[in-house]
Amino acid sequence: MSLLTVNNLKVHYPIRGGILRRKIDVVRAVDGITMELERGETYGLVGESGSGKSTSGRAIIGLESPTAGEVTFEGQKLNQLKRQDRREYYKDIQMVFQDPYSSLNPKKRVNDIIAEPIRNFEKRTKDDERRRIQELLELVGLSPESMHKYPHEFSGGQKQRLGVARALALQPKLIIADEPVSALDVSVQAQVLNFMKEIQRELDLTYIFISHDLGVVRHMCNRIGIMYNGRFVEEGSAEDVYDNPQHIYTKRLVAAIPDIDPANRKHQTDFRREVKKEYDNKKAEFFDEHGGVFDLKQVSSTHYAALP
Amino acid sequence: MSDRSLLEIDNVQTSFRVGDSYYAAVDGVSLNVERNEVLAIVGESGSGKSALAFSIMGLHNSHKTKIEGSIRLNGKDVNHLSTSELNKVRGKDMGMIFQEPLTALNPLKTIKDQITEALDLHTNFSAKQQNERALHLLNEVGIPRADKVMNQYPHELSGGMRQRVVIAIAISCDPSLLIADEPTTALDATIQSQILDLLNELKEEKDSGIILITHDLGVVAEMADRVAVMYAGQVVELADVMSLFKQPKHPYTRSLLSSVPSTQDEKDMLHVIQGVVPSLPKMPRTGCRFKARIPWMADDTHEENPELREVADGHYVRCTCYKHFYFPEEEAEKDVAAHRE
Ligand SMILES: Nc1ncnc2c1ncn2[C@@H]1O[C@H](COP(=O)(O)OP(=O)(O)OP(=O)(O)O)[C@@H](O)[C@H]1O
Ligand SMILES: Nc1ncnc2c1ncn2[C@@H]1O[C@H](COP(=O)(O)OP(=O)(O)OP(=O)(O)O)[C@@H](O)[C@H]1O
Ligand code: SF4
Ligand SMILES: [Mg+2]
Ligand SMILES: [Mg+2]
Repeated sequence: MSLLTVNNLKVHYPIRGGILRRKIDVVRAVDGITMELERGETYGLVGESGSGKSTSGRAIIGLESPTAGEVTFEGQKLNQLKRQDRREYYKDIQMVFQDPYSSLNPKKRVNDIIAEPIRNFEKRTKDDERRRIQELLELVGLSPESMHKYPHEFSGGQKQRLGVARALALQPKLIIADEPVSALDVSVQAQVLNFMKEIQRELDLTYIFISHDLGVVRHMCNRIGIMYNGRFVEEGSAEDVYDNPQHIYTKRLVAAIPDIDPANRKHQTDFRREVKKEYDNKKAEFFDEHGGVFDLKQVSSTHYAALP
Repeated sequence: MSDRSLLEIDNVQTSFRVGDSYYAAVDGVSLNVERNEVLAIVGESGSGKSALAFSIMGLHNSHKTKIEGSIRLNGKDVNHLSTSELNKVRGKDMGMIFQEPLTALNPLKTIKDQITEALDLHTNFSAKQQNERALHLLNEVGIPRADKVMNQYPHELSGGMRQRVVIAIAISCDPSLLIADEPTTALDATIQSQILDLLNELKEEKDSGIILITHDLGVVAEMADRVAVMYAGQVVELADVMSLFKQPKHPYTRSLLSSVPSTQDEKDMLHVIQGVVPSLPKMPRTGCRFKARIPWMADDTHEENPELREVADGHYVRCTCYKHFYFPEEEAEKDVAAHRE
């Protein structure tokens, strides 16, 4: 049995306008995505900024009510559960939020921020709780005295690590990590990524890993889904997606990965210009007459792409 | 001062009050930026990059922060300006793309209002012109359905859309110095490259200078003319981009470059620098600040208080013993190789 199945999930938002803030339009933030995760795997969610990655994550942990579709966790359809029973499930699914600034209460000290999920779900003595918090801080490379500080006293990357520590507090089964390392220098990033891999092995954790850094995604993920405009344009292994992209959007995305060698600057610029030309020429073939993304078609045993 | 010079920072020290004492987060930084130049600043998370940027922009809370040293923009001291003088300079002479878009945006105002606000302050545009300019800017930063987004609020946008709104505001009045603090971290690679192209064009067109703060070494490799590497509040290496990537000298720079996950490499675990940066009050103020992170180096190879020295043309390093530096893994590999022979 898969750990998590997402079936034709849709989340639409109304757009309001005018003085009366009436509904004038709708944003199809997530418009029919389907995915299946096995226990212990890391699924990479990448793609266009604004394509619905964070919204998908929020819908899976129940912070957003889907317009359509369903989310099944350990065989249980989550949207059919009663409030009370849902709580138990959501303890097992945690999210590291993309904006560490907005998800950390500025008025609370770090120990209260990290203790919050622990207090909600576990009964621990004060001493035990403090020990656990220090352990979690250490795991993400922050000093134990950080406990007594407020979020604004941390740098961008330090705040991001607090978010990771909090998500780990309850030892969940599934972690949705939304840009968990984007504000970190590469060395601390390496530390957090190594650590995520280690605990994954130890605890048989499953990750949905949302990131714009395609190098990091390749390093971390078994399978990758590429989103564009609320839909998947491609899904496959790292090799499928990076070395043999089938959809023109994926191709352009992969071509845009910055090259770490400054000597290749000129070559990269030329290469991207070519791919952009190809994109503009061929774009019409890859989208339907309304610019919509086609349904996924199987390309190989592991590889799917939204082709006509 | 050369006539190409735009910004000159000399021995800047920015200290935060923690309890009753002040601790320096930026500790004696001297840098300069020329017109039409991109100076990248990279470095450890918490090493003082944003604190330095805020010091240049005059954005620190003056009751809790002390800024010493000199900061000159176009030859004019900007460190001791009054709030009203600063308001004239900010936005027009210098603009900033903030690392934390949400804190830079007003949650209660529409995107349109936030962009036109800046225009109101620094241009004589009519309301209609302001609107057009705002829409144009949103299109320039690649926001789809820009006309709709104009009427939305920050919380209704994705992370990357917010970041692009902050970019639009920062460039709205064509500042001569643009400080971009992690401008593209929330953006997909395609839009990232579009934004970097846009910043480059603006720079050339307006002959302006850019300070690019980022953890993405690929972005540095593609954008920067020169690179400053910061560790624990100090610049530890400064060089043109090619030398920095091809002949990095400081142990910290070398460690950073070896931590990057590549799209080719199949290594399971990534290189990590041992230990953590000490918190501000615990920072050693004498001796080399990086020493604790490379314990395998013999004690007597470290200089007491290394200074930033020029070791090759335009290449500065704060470390005297870099020539002897090695990674333990390298040594181990050499041993294994020697053993085989
Ligand atoms: N509360 C909301 N009200 C209206 N629209 C919203 C709301 N939240 C998100 N959206 C819209 O939904 C779309 C998807 O947003 P989402 O945050 O999921 O994107 P994302 O893929 O995570 O992007 P990024 O990579 O930039 O973080 C965007 O167009 C956004 O404007
Ligand atoms: N308002 C503040 N009060 C006290 N300490 C602060 C404050 N702001 C930052 N610091 C501390 O100053 C140091 C430098 O922070 P800064 O934000 O400049 O780091 P940074 O180099 O930008 O890091 P990042 O790459 O993570 O954004 C950090 O140790 C941070 O904890
Ligand atoms: S002076 Fe010594 S301790 Fe400092 S960076 Fe150089 S090698 Fe390391
Ligand atoms: Mg997002
Ligand atoms: Mg910062």
